[in-house]
Amino acid sequence: MADLNINGRTHQVDVDPDTPLLWVLRDTIGLTGTKYGCGIAQCGACTVHVDGIAMRSCSVPLSLVAGRQITTIEGLAPDGVLHKVQQAWLDHDVPQCGYCQSGMIMAVAALLKDKPKPTDADIDANLTNICRCGTYQQIRAAIHAAAASA
Amino acid sequence: MNYVPKIDRRSFVASAAAMGGGLALGLEIPFAGPRTVRAQEATPEVNAWVVIRPDDTVVIRIARSEMGQGSLTGLAQLVAEELECDWSKVTTEYPTPGQNVARKRVWGDFSSTGSRSIRESEDYVRKGGAAAREMLIQAAANEWKVPAGECSASNSVITHKPSGRTTTYGKVAAAAAKVEPPADVKLKDPKDWKIAGKPLKRLDTRDKLTGKQLYAIDVKMPGMLYAAVKACPVHGGKVKSFDAAKITGNKGVKKVVPVGDSAVAVVGDTWWQAKTALEALPIEWNEGENTKVTTASIAEVLKEAVYSYPYQAHACMEPLNATALYTPDKCEVWTSSQNAEAALAATSEASGLPIAKCDVHKLLLGGGFGRRGRTDYVSQAVLIAKQMPGTPVKLLWSREEDMTQDTYHPTTQCKLTGAFDANGNLTGLQMRISGQSILAALAPSRLQNGRDPATFQGLNPGGAEGVFGYDIPNLLIDHAMRNPHVTPGFWRGVNNNQNAIYLECFMDELAHAAGQDPLEFRRKLMTKHPKHLAVLNAVAEKIGWGQPAAQGVYRGLAQQMGYGSYVAAAAEISVTGGNKIKIHRIVGATDCGHAVNPAQIERQVSGSFVYGLSALFNGECTVKDGRIEQQNFDTYDVMRIAQMPKVEPILMPSGGFWGGVGEPTIFVAAPAVLNAYFAATGKRIRSMPLKTHDISFA
Repeated sequence: MADLNINGRTHQVDVDPDTPLLWVLRDTIGLTGTKYGCGIAQCGACTVHVDGIAMRSCSVPLSLVAGRQITTIEGLAPDGVLHKVQQAWLDHDVPQCGYCQSGMIMAVAALLKDKPKPTDADIDANLTNICRCGTYQQIRAAIHAAAASA
Repeated sequence: MNYVPKIDRRSFVASAAAMGGGLALGLEIPFAGPRTVRAQEATPEVNAWVVIRPDDTVVIRIARSEMGQGSLTGLAQLVAEELECDWSKVTTEYPTPGQNVARKRVWGDFSSTGSRSIRESEDYVRKGGAAAREMLIQAAANEWKVPAGECSASNSVITHKPSGRTTTYGKVAAAAAKVEPPADVKLKDPKDWKIAGKPLKRLDTRDKLTGKQLYAIDVKMPGMLYAAVKACPVHGGKVKSFDAAKITGNKGVKKVVPVGDSAVAVVGDTWWQAKTALEALPIEWNEGENTKVTTASIAEVLKEAVYSYPYQAHACMEPLNATALYTPDKCEVWTSSQNAEAALAATSEASGLPIAKCDVHKLLLGGGFGRRGRTDYVSQAVLIAKQMPGTPVKLLWSREEDMTQDTYHPTTQCKLTGAFDANGNLTGLQMRISGQSILAALAPSRLQNGRDPATFQGLNPGGAEGVFGYDIPNLLIDHAMRNPHVTPGFWRGVNNNQNAIYLECFMDELAHAAGQDPLEFRRKLMTKHPKHLAVLNAVAEKIGWGQPAAQGVYRGLAQQMGYGSYVAAAAEISVTGGNKIKIHRIVGATDCGHAVNPAQIERQVSGSFVYGLSALFNGECTVKDGRIEQQNFDTYDVMRIAQMPKVEPILMPSGGFWGGVGEPTIFVAAPAVLNAYFAATGKRIRSMPLKTHDISFA
């Protein structure tokens, strides 16, 4: 039995300690906004924040995150007002299929905390999530807009 | 007159109660679609396409699938345009294919492949919107006891001009549902459009930003179990045996089941438990006769190679999945499909139940790109669920299964020969394509006298789909079909992808051989193809062709026609060390006839370039021991934002026809970059992807 703090709420879960956080979130707790894309930390669709740091939850075992503050896409804007990254995504009509965008938004939210005004080079170096629809041009514009809105 | 096939007078509520048995079970049914409207909350429909609630909310039914390409929004724009409704009140919902069958296919074709969602339904959906408008106006006129001809509608408000009286759609919708539909309706001239043709934002964005959007992979039901599956890694091979006893004691494992004769599934309390148990399950395969096949042995069969194109995986971000609930009386499936009617047929076949006892609930697709037009994963889910009657089972393919059991971009090669007269005019061209036929593998009934017409996409002598854009006195294009055992499939752009590389890179070779400018060389051959020429001229002008480029920057061009649209691209690149390519900018022009949503079309141009350039640089699935070697994104690399060039779309709809936009520009990206690479280095690359030549993004 492990205690998980997710989006400010504590959940008690009874699963193998080496189960990846992604599957605990999706199948045990039912928070499906965090997506499965590859299972090997390549694509970033499963990105969540652990103590404010962006992590790929498919490759983080439950045992490493017990007791730490986990934020998922569902908890990014807890009071219903969109986070500035979500708002910029809405303003720029970024998503196509949208499947990767939970992870993108979580990765960008963490990036902006670290670098409030990222350059294109900062974006290139830090944002390695995969989007197969190819929304990268809109994503870049939306990141700059979110940074400017701070 | 067949614009709205015989409207069924039953309200949608009644038909939903008949079809949606899941609701009665109290399941959490994702009726899919953005800002979902649940059927039981809706008022009676005005017609099959339009439901208007008392609060003026307009629910537009969308039969085609949304997978990111934006047709859901575009189709709603077309209906709303004719309906004269308030766009801010528009929402959408998907009917199910079972409802479609029950209502004699009132919504027509459900498929979203071949860039067809809008261009092949624009006429009847607009007529559906127009008919609903006439019925709403008639209902108001009846209430006011005035002639309908004295009334008009705009922005969901009906006005009786002589008296100035007004009412809203919501107020008369229930009465409109009882009005006889008009026998015929007149559609607007696109030049009068107010909603269609405008760069409106998508209807389905907000829930994608907060984690609320449900994809098929997110379906939840009480008591649901999860399945992981493994099929024989050599396509065509069978299961010989598996030792279920080795894993039946594992935590969470509920059942180990055969899936047809080619796969085994483990069903468990969670997918992770099922997947890890499956990995530990000893399975013996009868791999069949193809275990010695390799990429090299396939290439050897195809003799006359000059240019070649490899196998490529779709790699949709959402791995293939489907949830099935089987009982002896009914089988329902929740899945994302590009062809929900085919998924319904597969459900019926796999369950052994008639179509009337089956239905498929469609969810937003986490990418499709052609792969989700197939129904193999739906059949598997039903075959598993059938072995556990009454229990909903969600089958999810691992990324590794998704990548090794794909239906791959087919592999072909092409030998090209050109001939000039004494003045350097091109007088002859021969293209001999050899290699795999998609239709032979997936739809043999569509072969024509043993030939696969789809092999010649973009090279056709006429028609509305993909016409060869050059006038060459002696032209021979033929196909020697060779079909290795690796399953091919429709992959965004399909055979246009390699055909555009073969033709447009070779045209570049011919221009250089003749000592002519590649643009001028093409122009001379395109005088009878003004629309092909217009898009080529547009990209040439925008890229600055004929004017000096920046120091170290080189340019390349390509054009092609596909899916009814004319497209061209021009790229500017620089190359360092002979093998590091930086794409500075790439211009893409599209003439799709009528453009329903320019903003979303621009996004399709930009997105298609990402898919096409990912394929050009890194897209290759190799075969060894009869099986695909690449299993995940670590060995099947795709573009990230760092490699994204600046894309400059040019939308130049010339009117008078309806072309697709989801695919066409994908095919011109690669040849434009390859031709620019030759301009930069003098080296001609004739086999894909670039990584096999040690060439990468800078």
